[in-house]
Amino acid sequence: MKEKFTTLVSTGVPLPIENIDTDQIIPARFLKATTREGFGDNLFRDWRYDSAQNPMADFALNQSRYSGKILVAGKNFGCGSSREHAAWAIYDYGFRVVVSSFFADIFKNNALNNGLLPVVVSDSYLRSLLETLEREPNTSITVNLQDQKIKFNDREEWFEINAYKKTCLTNGYDDIDYLLSLRNEIKEYDLSHA
Amino acid sequence: MSNRPKTIFEKIWDAHVVKRAEGYPDALFIDRHFIHEVTSPQAFDGLRKRNLPVFNIQRTTATADHNVPTKDQHLPIKEALSRHQVETLRKNCAEFGVELYDLGHPYQGIVHIIGPELGLTLPGMTIVCGDSHTSTHGAFGNIAFGIGTSEVEQVLATQCILQYKPKTMRIEINGQLGKGVVSKDIILYIISKISASGATGYFVEYAGDTIRNLSLEARMTICNMSIEMGARGGLIAPDETTFTYIKGRKFAPIGAAFDEAVATWKKLATDEGAKYDVVLTFDAADIAPMITYGTNPGMGIKVTDRIPTPAELKEISAQASFTKSLEYMALQPGAPLLGKPIDYVFIGSCTNARIEDLRLVAGMVKGKKKAEGVEVWVIPGSRQVEAQARQEGLDKIFEQAGFELRSPGCSACLGMNEDKVPPGKYCISTSNRNFEGRQGPKSRTFLASPLSAAAAAITGKVTDVRELM
Repeated sequence: MKEKFTTLVSTGVPLPIENIDTDQIIPARFLKATTREGFGDNLFRDWRYDSAQNPMADFALNQSRYSGKILVAGKNFGCGSSREHAAWAIYDYGFRVVVSSFFADIFKNNALNNGLLPVVVSDSYLRSLLETLEREPNTSITVNLQDQKIKFNDREEWFEINAYKKTCLTNGYDDIDYLLSLRNEIKEYDLSHA
Repeated sequence: MSNRPKTIFEKIWDAHVVKRAEGYPDALFIDRHFIHEVTSPQAFDGLRKRNLPVFNIQRTTATADHNVPTKDQHLPIKEALSRHQVETLRKNCAEFGVELYDLGHPYQGIVHIIGPELGLTLPGMTIVCGDSHTSTHGAFGNIAFGIGTSEVEQVLATQCILQYKPKTMRIEINGQLGKGVVSKDIILYIISKISASGATGYFVEYAGDTIRNLSLEARMTICNMSIEMGARGGLIAPDETTFTYIKGRKFAPIGAAFDEAVATWKKLATDEGAKYDVVLTFDAADIAPMITYGTNPGMGIKVTDRIPTPAELKEISAQASFTKSLEYMALQPGAPLLGKPIDYVFIGSCTNARIEDLRLVAGMVKGKKKAEGVEVWVIPGSRQVEAQARQEGLDKIFEQAGFELRSPGCSACLGMNEDKVPPGKYCISTSNRNFEGRQGPKSRTFLASPLSAAAAAITGKVTDVRELM
């Protein structure tokens, strides 16, 4: 069982960069752990710290004006490597929602499998949200999974999520629970296709 | 079942659906599961927690590739965390009974190189691995795609994965390739045209006579980089080239079973009149030797072209990211790349470390010497590729050129093992990703074909390979 997701009200952190790949989210040299915990320390490692390991002042995660459980990023978020460590790192850091206008497929699956909700919004909504956060970092954002709605100030948009994944997130279910219930059918298929 | 014409993708997908239920994604049976040390430890832990065995060890194969050194592989891995991860794989495979091609084993190598060369990768299959370049296997005419660790656990536990059927895209390339143009240039060209997200949500089928005329290994290079345009995977319908490649390989069917398999595989091709969601067509004559200048694989140009300027971009929203990317690369918008000095040459990775790639490089550098100050690493994709290269005397050619032929592994493709490009240095690389820091913190990557990389090794700068031919 995973943590259940219903409604989240939080401020957000803007990252107005497109094509953020999973190598930026968590560089390969930090993929060596054999557990799922602790990856948050190295989230966006090479954008957060310089080569002397000092925090870089201009990066959003290092700016005290920004906080909250919602990461808002440019389009094609999570492209590249399939490393689930990227989703683990974002979750471990404390984010529960990532908002973008476009997500890479594997990242989206990985996020959903870990209780991290990817919210796909229109390009114009994303632009407006990023600008608002940069201007007014205390802006409150509401993400309602049941109604599939995201709202800040007076701007509300409906977002898509497939019904099955919504049920999983709402109830904290894993895909594996469903697949295990099909064990006999799978065995039969396996034997007839040896 | 309806008689509606189907694509090869639909045929394979539909044949592997164990359960299709209202409100659920398809439960898709997986014929072949490849695992490696980086994305499997947490999945094995999951099995332990649920007290489950691996569903079918016959369908599961493991190797160590991402973390391994490419020098002195017989010695213990120096870096403690890398060593621990490889040792964890060893322990997990022993405990669950999974076949492991470990360091030193004659079949060890990059996971996407060894599957095909061992005949474990066959047409008509479903194949997954916790690695996005699993799309490589699609060159045989199968559905192969990368998955996350939670999904690795699902497949280990149930031999199935829950998936929604992606949309389909057909990319057709026809015509004769020009001098110095190889399959890597074809795929870099396509990605430069449709962008790093141009195929997200789609499964791609590559077709057309240019593709048909490629060797199976060249086809693998194309399918390998499908993920770099966001595609779920990419495949090529099997033909005589495919069957000839498979015949006689270690785990391939033999005798009557092989003939029977070929008869089945021949039926996989897309039916006349089958529909795709998107069809794109390219002319091979438009493709030239390619190189990337930016920090995603869509940022590619013909080697003789100038780097674009922000004003030339189609989308204004992309300008900030574009400028950031050029700053990282320390390159000027509108400047040529030709003649740009380079520091490192990396020939390797699941994209271009097969024997044909090494032969291309050897053919280009035979009797020549690398440029002063340039470091050149040649990393074979597997023990078998390495042995073949030595048998053919390619190692001698590399040695005379001042190149270092090392042991197999992912090496400098991903900055996870000892092989890293130092900060600020330029590397012309036959790998698949030019992301910031991909080859090591602050490293700068130019993606290109093995031929172009070999040419740059000789001249010490970005070179139009056609001038050396």
